[in-house]
Amino acid sequence: MQAIKLTDALIEERKNSITVKGSVEAKQKQSLTCDAESVAGCVSQRACVYCGARVVLNPVTDAIHLVHGPIGCSSYTWDIRGSLSSAADLYRNSFCTDLKEHDIIFGGEKKLAFAIDELVRKYDSRLVFVYSTCVVGVIGDDLEAVCKAAAEKHNIEVIPVQSSGFIGNKSAGYRAACDSLLRLIEPNSGDVKDIVKIPDSINYLGDFNLAGEVWIIKSYLEQIGVKVNVAFTGDSHCDALKKAPAAALNIVQCAGSMRYLAQKMEEIYDIPCLNISFIGLQDTADSLRKIADWFSNEAMLKRAEKLIEKKTAEVKPLLRNYRKKLEGKKAAIFVGGGFKAVSLIKQFKEIGIDVVMVGTQTGSQEEYETINDLADEGTVILDDANPSELEKFMTEKGADLLVGGVKERPLAYKLGMAFIDHNHDRKHPLSGFVGAVNFAKEVYSTVCSPVWKYAKD
Amino acid sequence: MLDSTPKEIIERKGGMINPAKTCQPIGAMYAALGIHKCLPHSHGSQGCCSYHRMHLTRHFRDPVMASTSSFTEGASVFGGVANLKTAIKNVFSIYNPDVMAVHTTCLSETIGDDIPKIIKTSEVPEGKLVIHTNTPSYQGSHITGFSNMTKSMVSYLCEVTKEVKEERVNLIPGFINPSDMREIKRLTKLMGIDFIMFPDTSGVLDTPMTGEFIMYPAGGTKIEDIREAGNSKVTLALGSYASSDAANTLERKCKVPAFTMKTPIGIKATDELIMMLRQKFTQEVPYELEEERGQLVDIMTDNHFQFHGKKVAVFGDPDIVVAMTEFLLDLGMLPVHVLTGTPGMTIGVSVGNFEAEIKAMLDEAGVKGRVKAAGDLFELHQWIKNEPVDLLIGNTYGKYIARAEDLPFVRVGFPVLDRSVHSYFPIVGYKGAMRLLEMITNALLERQDRDASDEDFELVM
Repeated sequence: MQAIKLTDALIEERKNSITVKGSVEAKQKQSLTCDAESVAGCVSQRACVYCGARVVLNPVTDAIHLVHGPIGCSSYTWDIRGSLSSAADLYRNSFCTDLKEHDIIFGGEKKLAFAIDELVRKYDSRLVFVYSTCVVGVIGDDLEAVCKAAAEKHNIEVIPVQSSGFIGNKSAGYRAACDSLLRLIEPNSGDVKDIVKIPDSINYLGDFNLAGEVWIIKSYLEQIGVKVNVAFTGDSHCDALKKAPAAALNIVQCAGSMRYLAQKMEEIYDIPCLNISFIGLQDTADSLRKIADWFSNEAMLKRAEKLIEKKTAEVKPLLRNYRKKLEGKKAAIFVGGGFKAVSLIKQFKEIGIDVVMVGTQTGSQEEYETINDLADEGTVILDDANPSELEKFMTEKGADLLVGGVKERPLAYKLGMAFIDHNHDRKHPLSGFVGAVNFAKEVYSTVCSPVWKYAKD
Repeated sequence: MLDSTPKEIIERKGGMINPAKTCQPIGAMYAALGIHKCLPHSHGSQGCCSYHRMHLTRHFRDPVMASTSSFTEGASVFGGVANLKTAIKNVFSIYNPDVMAVHTTCLSETIGDDIPKIIKTSEVPEGKLVIHTNTPSYQGSHITGFSNMTKSMVSYLCEVTKEVKEERVNLIPGFINPSDMREIKRLTKLMGIDFIMFPDTSGVLDTPMTGEFIMYPAGGTKIEDIREAGNSKVTLALGSYASSDAANTLERKCKVPAFTMKTPIGIKATDELIMMLRQKFTQEVPYELEEERGQLVDIMTDNHFQFHGKKVAVFGDPDIVVAMTEFLLDLGMLPVHVLTGTPGMTIGVSVGNFEAEIKAMLDEAGVKGRVKAAGDLFELHQWIKNEPVDLLIGNTYGKYIARAEDLPFVRVGFPVLDRSVHSYFPIVGYKGAMRLLEMITNALLERQDRDASDEDFELVM
């Protein structure tokens, strides 16, 4: 394995955010620095608190998502993800108070109240999320008060989202979104203890129905006899979310965004939670077993085994074919959360690809430990990387492929490297058995494209 | 699906629904990318920088580099002085640009960071530069941001170093694609005139594939050329919103006469540019250009009947929409709904009254139409519902309206996020006009083919 010196072309402050598995330096270091503030002056790939809150809440389809701030914040997040809906589509509009200088000086509360009134009159919605942006946090508009007054006036839910951009990174935004969801599902009357649990039911947390992924997982669960009460938040709506406390179990897919909500629901509503993953063949099968196991229901377990067997038989030969073409290729990973990175390492192994670099924007200590356990010796592991670092390590490790998001795509291409999107810009599902095939197919179509013959000349 | 706009026109006071603009900093970032070896720097929270890079990446499909001050709660309470100082130190030691172009965000503007003072008291390495502009997101739009950064280039860099002005034109192209900038340069070269274009994103956001990631591609206006612009004979500001402020500042600072013209979209605006160059530099128009113009008129003749009387809705950035409206009128089309998200008479932009300019054009052509600056797409959609059109022209966000109303749709402007290759082909100049005509005719003819019943379906159209 090629040795990498971490001292070349790196910022001093960034050294502890990067490690190489099995290296002498790694053994000396306590642990990887993560969940820390970015270094000023870096070309960071990270986004802000508001962004985190917006991506989690935006899939609530029948809500008015009102951005209280200047126009940019709402423009860039207008229909930001391919979250699909089976009914309402109000969430795909971009509503913004469009703050102007006057509002910054005299406060934006009046304008916000106006905007809520107008939108509620215009659209038949029982739920409004009001997002706070950087500037609103600084001028100190009282979102709570405005939302409370509007809720009473219109007799609907108007929920503030405390997502000012500077109060942390994307993770803080996930938390803000979860807090808002908790306020929504809180019963207006009655005791928590009186909630009647629906047997064999779950809430499915941390799937935003990109390319219809919630629908795929829902169908698997229904086939094995599990009732999906509500998904957070893919293809969800106000009424369904409010019924969340009736579920017997919470399963968590995207841990980065939803672990906090699951913990809170366990505390408040006594709903236990299971970490699962429907990314990749192995994880999907294991998760279905895990869920059936949890309900300790023999019939359910049998149905799960049957489903796994049937679906695996369908996709195995396809994956085998792709594996033949891909065996021995090297992949680099740079994604938003640690959870996704973990699943991706396993999924690459399924199709015979070695992972040589793993990085995330907002991974947690625990997730980096899991990544370290799964990774091969010599793998570069890094937090909050910038493009220069990505370039350096991908080139040095001879990666054939990068998996990342929008901003990483052209970077990989310029290096003559294949790329797959595991973020917002994809149009096909990557979850479940069908997702495992889509993933392999996407990897194959980019890694084995004839274009590289010209690009690398 | 996706049609939540009521037909009934509603008076609104409380903000925007589906904006037709975005915020200043992204414009400043785009302009800064048009300087060679420049790293744009966003003084604010991380999200802004990330969104702007993402948006530009989606439009151009090329890497977009910019650094950020990474504001935290501390910075927003105690000010971003320390963040910017650290950033300046880090940027030059890690990324080593020739120039760092700082723009503010709504956050750093509101807490009132004094950028010039911070720059003055920072350690900037010998031979390196830091320039800045103020771009609060709660004023203007991305176009104003572009204008402000371009103006800052003049304020910081342009100088008079020679007694006699050079036989040379300064071209300030405005917020257009790299291919458009290339085309304007080609036209000027064909006229045999020496020029300096700034900013110039060609060679930066349309770079060739080399198998390498290059932090500072070969393109962009060199610092010494921007400096030299103070010695040019004349400045042409193409597009009053995006370019005139810089040109006027240059006139005041370096006595270079400034002329504001339309973005050269369509035959008339291109003619005016060529005539202006011819007149100022007493050059003959070469046959090559006359031939191009002749071809354009030929195409307009070949297709005039299908344009005539067709109603069009057009929206987007003011400079592009103004020129586009003029071209549509020249084609015999009826631009009945014309809208921009950028406010008219914007703070920071000294000229440009969108509504008055369009109204005058429509009146002259005898077309009755609606015009609005600082509008949003909700309103445009309402107009279209009340007076349907045959064609919609605008950026990608128009696709929701096009789908809801089942309209042929031509994507022009910024951003175009859902189509590829567009940024490599110009819409300015005679060639650009030909391309626009191809897009418009194809959209109309495809619709005709699609709607034709079997017995009306024909090979030739």
